[in-house]
Amino acid sequence: MDLQTFLQQFVNALSLGSLYALIAIGYTMVYGILRLINFAHGDVFMIGGYLAFYGVSTFLMPWWLAVCLAIVVTTVFGVGLERVAYRPLRDSPRISIMISAIGASFLIENLAIVLFDARPKAFPVSNLFAGNHVIGGVHIAAVSLIIPVVTAVLLAVLLWIVHRTKTGMAMRAVSTDIDAARLMAIDVNRIVSITFAIGSALAAIGGILWALKYPRLEPLMGIMPGLKCFIAAVVGGIGSIAGAVLGGLLLGLIELMTIAVLPELTGYKDAFAFVLLIMVLLVKPTGLLGKNQGEKV
Amino acid sequence: MNKIVSCLTVAAAMAVGLSMVSCSKPATDSDVIKIGVFEPLTGANGAGGADEYDGIKLANKLFPEILGKKVQLVAVDNKSDKVEAANAATVLAQKEKVNAVIGSWGSSLSMSGGPIFAEAKIPAVAVSATNPAVTKGNEYYFRVCFLDPFQGVVGATYAFNTLKAKKVAIIREVSNDYSVGLAKFFADEFVKLTGDQGAIVATSDYNTGDQDFSAQLTNIKKFEPDAIFAPGNYTESALIIKQARALGINAQFIGGDTWDMAAFLEVGGPAVEGAVFSTFFANDVPINKTSESFLKSFRDEYKKEPSAVSALGYDAYLVILDAIKRANSAEPQKIRDALTQTKDFEGSAGAITINAERNADKAAVFKTVKDGKFAFLTTVKPQ
Repeated sequence: MDLQTFLQQFVNALSLGSLYALIAIGYTMVYGILRLINFAHGDVFMIGGYLAFYGVSTFLMPWWLAVCLAIVVTTVFGVGLERVAYRPLRDSPRISIMISAIGASFLIENLAIVLFDARPKAFPVSNLFAGNHVIGGVHIAAVSLIIPVVTAVLLAVLLWIVHRTKTGMAMRAVSTDIDAARLMAIDVNRIVSITFAIGSALAAIGGILWALKYPRLEPLMGIMPGLKCFIAAVVGGIGSIAGAVLGGLLLGLIELMTIAVLPELTGYKDAFAFVLLIMVLLVKPTGLLGKNQGEKV
Repeated sequence: MNKIVSCLTVAAAMAVGLSMVSCSKPATDSDVIKIGVFEPLTGANGAGGADEYDGIKLANKLFPEILGKKVQLVAVDNKSDKVEAANAATVLAQKEKVNAVIGSWGSSLSMSGGPIFAEAKIPAVAVSATNPAVTKGNEYYFRVCFLDPFQGVVGATYAFNTLKAKKVAIIREVSNDYSVGLAKFFADEFVKLTGDQGAIVATSDYNTGDQDFSAQLTNIKKFEPDAIFAPGNYTESALIIKQARALGINAQFIGGDTWDMAAFLEVGGPAVEGAVFSTFFANDVPINKTSESFLKSFRDEYKKEPSAVSALGYDAYLVILDAIKRANSAEPQKIRDALTQTKDFEGSAGAITINAERNADKAAVFKTVKDGKFAFLTTVKPQ
């Protein structure tokens, strides 16, 4: 593999990995607070993409407005999901709430098939993101440049919220001990809602960026990215924000670099990624940054 | 709150059931002939299945009766999944006890249902499943389209003679028998035509539903192929071409009949401009009277252009009706025997003669993408 090809593959991987990272953060935050794997996260991601699509193509909104509205509505949707499907079960055994999450996921997917139609839709990519840059022989789509930047900015904002604000302090308190936090007069429901709001907003941004990069929307588009990002969060150490980002980037790198090195095994792309991830977990079951309690949300 | 949730869940489940399956009405009398529609209505092949179903529904609307009996369509969704396809086929064969089956889009899905229909002795007519294995050795599976060995040969010939390609890279949808088979037939013929064992410079794979192909394409770019043959699902293929252009790959893209879908143009946008592929039917050049009447009624009914598989779906329905008429019976075994005798039946996508292998010998059509639309290039007849 010559240097140019390597750089090209590296850029491809970085762009995919930061997208994974963005979605993985949502999983990790919810898990950190509630010890709940939000299986519907991938579907919230899908909703975000579709809302932006309808904003632009049906309601003919300007691009920025459609994106902002999609993020807001998806956030409301995510918070509503927690209210309806998770909050009533908060004191039940953890398995019940997990089943509820799986049920919510199926419900959203099938409702989406009914409402949005199962035929794939083409996402209208604004010219702003449609360009292509060539740097030293390496081709970079404009959107591939934007994704890592967006992820980095959002990560910084998130770390600031968690570590520098009162809400963040409350989040960390709830994460450490829900009952003790309640005794300290922290409104746990509010904190959980905020967590879901942040997670869903990130999922919506992820969904829209995903649709910009791969402009095909379909109701089941959230399943595979959802699964992969969940695994990215676990590998990074679930509950840790920095871990989720690390896991996402790692997953993107492993996925694309194995193909780059072993081109004859391209059909096994996903299998390779997962096998390597299982190996990481065997060596370090808590995930790469799992023990770092201070990072927990 | 829990009650509300469960009510919502039930309501949604019912809505889903109603919209995807129109089969809830049990046939109480034998005055109804049931034709099963075995198609992917959701999942990666959802648009393909829906397009075939459009053609079948139109045919059913125009020709709702045969032998004085009403023909009822019983649709099941095989969800673009081989396992689900087997379940869906079982529902048609055992629960619905249909007289005949149409479908499925996707050779793998058809092959999944094949043994189940054969066991129940119900004849099935594939609409656009082009892999030879669909009908091979299965006395109850027929088809109204050409086969991949033919399609692979005409594709390779077109690449060699018309496009003057010397080096070709192949990208296969490895989880799809159609794609793997067609790629092999293409590669064999292309190597034969060029006389160069290394004429296929690279072969790369992806899975149904994949969205990122940058790594595969970056690998292929090194070989600087003149053309890239990428038989596979329409949306994945459109994304492949789009990503290839973004990576600075300017090679000519060649595909198969699966690209002949509106979704291919929508997802691909300007990137798929100039792509060529072989397919069954061109709606800008009607072949016979049936094509003309099909095109007219389709445009009136759906206010859009039919894809080739809609025409074939329409034909599959008519071929079954023709067999029922000739057999003068709706008994599955008799329909099956009459189907084998189908000769020079005028379908909208060309005359259909079912040969001894239960396949139809038909010409292939080449199309390209021009100004965001499909445009007819040429017709290639079987030798």
